[in-house]
Amino acid sequence: MIGSQLQQLVWVIAKILIIVIPLFITVAYITFAERKVIGSIQGRIGPNRVGLRGLGQPLADVLKLIFKEVIIPSSANKYLYIIAPILALVPALAAWAVIPFAKGWVLANVDAGLLYIFAMTSLGIYGILVGGWSSNSKYALLGALRSAAQMVSYEIAMGFAFVGVLLTSDTMNLSALVLKQSGGIWHWYWLPLLPLFVVYWIAAVAETNRAPFDVAEGESEIVAGFHVEYSGMGFALFFLSEYANMILISAVATLSFFGGWLSPFQGIPALGFLFSWVPGIVWFLLKISFFLFLYFWIRATFPRFRYDQIMRLGWKVLIPITIIWLIVTALLVQFHIGIWFK
Amino acid sequence: MLRKFLKTFTLWELLKGLKLTIRYFFWPKTTIQYPEEETPTSFRFRGMLALRRYPNGEERCIACKLCEAVCPALAIKIDAGPRAEDGSRRTTRYDIDVFKCINCGFCEESCPVDAIVLTSEMHYHFENRGENIMTKERLLMVGDLYEEKLAKDRAKDRKYR
Repeated sequence: MIGSQLQQLVWVIAKILIIVIPLFITVAYITFAERKVIGSIQGRIGPNRVGLRGLGQPLADVLKLIFKEVIIPSSANKYLYIIAPILALVPALAAWAVIPFAKGWVLANVDAGLLYIFAMTSLGIYGILVGGWSSNSKYALLGALRSAAQMVSYEIAMGFAFVGVLLTSDTMNLSALVLKQSGGIWHWYWLPLLPLFVVYWIAAVAETNRAPFDVAEGESEIVAGFHVEYSGMGFALFFLSEYANMILISAVATLSFFGGWLSPFQGIPALGFLFSWVPGIVWFLLKISFFLFLYFWIRATFPRFRYDQIMRLGWKVLIPITIIWLIVTALLVQFHIGIWFK
Repeated sequence: MLRKFLKTFTLWELLKGLKLTIRYFFWPKTTIQYPEEETPTSFRFRGMLALRRYPNGEERCIACKLCEAVCPALAIKIDAGPRAEDGSRRTTRYDIDVFKCINCGFCEESCPVDAIVLTSEMHYHFENRGENIMTKERLLMVGDLYEEKLAKDRAKDRKYR
C-alpha cells in the first residue's frame, strides 16, 4: 500500500521534472531568441560571440547570475525580500500542471483547469508586490504599485475573455476544451471569439508586464521597477518567472483559442492526411513559438504606454468590448449559430 | 467619426506598425563586427602622428617651428640647432604630447615640407607613464612604418590642395 503510494509519488515527481527542466532550458533560450529577434528588427545581429553563433550566450548568462553575490539592502525586510522571488516563480511553474501538451500528456487532468490557471497567474502578482515593497526603495515601490494596479485591472478583461471560451466550449477541462475545437483551423475558437482573443492577448501582454505595458519595470523611468534591488539569483528568479509566465500565457492562448495540439489541416482532405503523422506536441510547440514571437515583435514595435493610458485602455475599452462580445457569444450559443455552437 | 472608430477597433495603425517592423526583420543587418571588420576610413583620416623622411632617408623636418606656432593645444615642443655631421639646421628635440594633441591636423597643414603628418592609424595605446610624449625618434619610426600608406594617401589628396 505504502509502496504503491511511494511509487506514484516518484512517478509524479519524475513527471514534474520532465516538464520543469525543459521549461527552464526554454526560458534560457527564449531570452536568446528575444535578443536575436529584436536585434533583427532593429537591423542588428544580436548576440553571436559565445559559442556557435551565440548559442552559448544563455549558458553564460545563467552562470553569471548564479555566481553573482546576492545583495540584501540594509533597510530591506530580509525575510520578505528573500521570499518574494520564490512567490513570483512558484505560481508560474505550478500553473503548468494542468497544461495538456498533447492528447493525454498532462500532469493533472483537473476539471477546473482554466480556473486553476487563472488563479495561478493572478497569484504571481504577490511576488512582485512583496518584492517591490520589501526592497524599501522608492523605484521598487513605485514599480510594485504600478504593476499591482495594472495586473488587477487587466485580470478582469482576461477573465471575461475566458468566460467567452467557457460559454462556447461548455467545459473548463483544458483537454476537453481542445478536443471541442477539433476539425481544422476553422473550428478553432479564435474565429468566433476574435474580439475576445484580441482582448485576451492585450491583457496577457499587460499581465506579464511586457512591453508596451512594462511600466512596472519601466527601464527609462524607474530603472528596473520592482526588482531594482535584486541581484544574482533573486533577479534570476524574477526573470525566470516572467519568462515562464510568458510561455504559459502563450500556451493558454494556444489551448483556448488555437486548438492546442490539434493540426490546423485536420479535416481538409489531402492536407489533413499529409500532416497526420506529425505528433500533437509539435503543433502545440509551434503555436506557442508563434505567440512568443508575437511577444517579441510587439515589444520591438510599440512604445511604452503611459500609466493613465493603460488604465483607460483596461477599464474603458477592453472590459466593455468583452462584455458586448459575451452577449453576442451567448446569443450564438443559445441559437446554435455557426459550426462552433452545436 | 465612423472611420476613426473602425480604425481604432481594427487596430489598423498598430498592424501597420507591425508590418513595418516585420519588413525590417528580414532586411540585411548593418552590424559591422568590429575586430574582424572595420568601417572604411577616408584617406584624410587624422590618426596617429608621424614624421616623414625623403626617399633618400633624409628627414624632412627643417625646424621652421610653424607647427609649434599653429598648434592650438600647445602640444608640440621644438628645439633647433645645427646637426653634428654637416652643420645643417635641424631639430634637436621634437616632442609631441599626444594627450594634449587634439588631432586637428593644423601642423600638417602648416608644414612647408610635409614632414609632420597624421597617419590613418587609430589603433594605438601606451603602457607606461611618459610614453604619451612622442619623441623625435619615435615619430620618425612611426613615419618609416607607415610611409607607404602615407605616400599613397597624400598622392590621392594632391589634386584637392
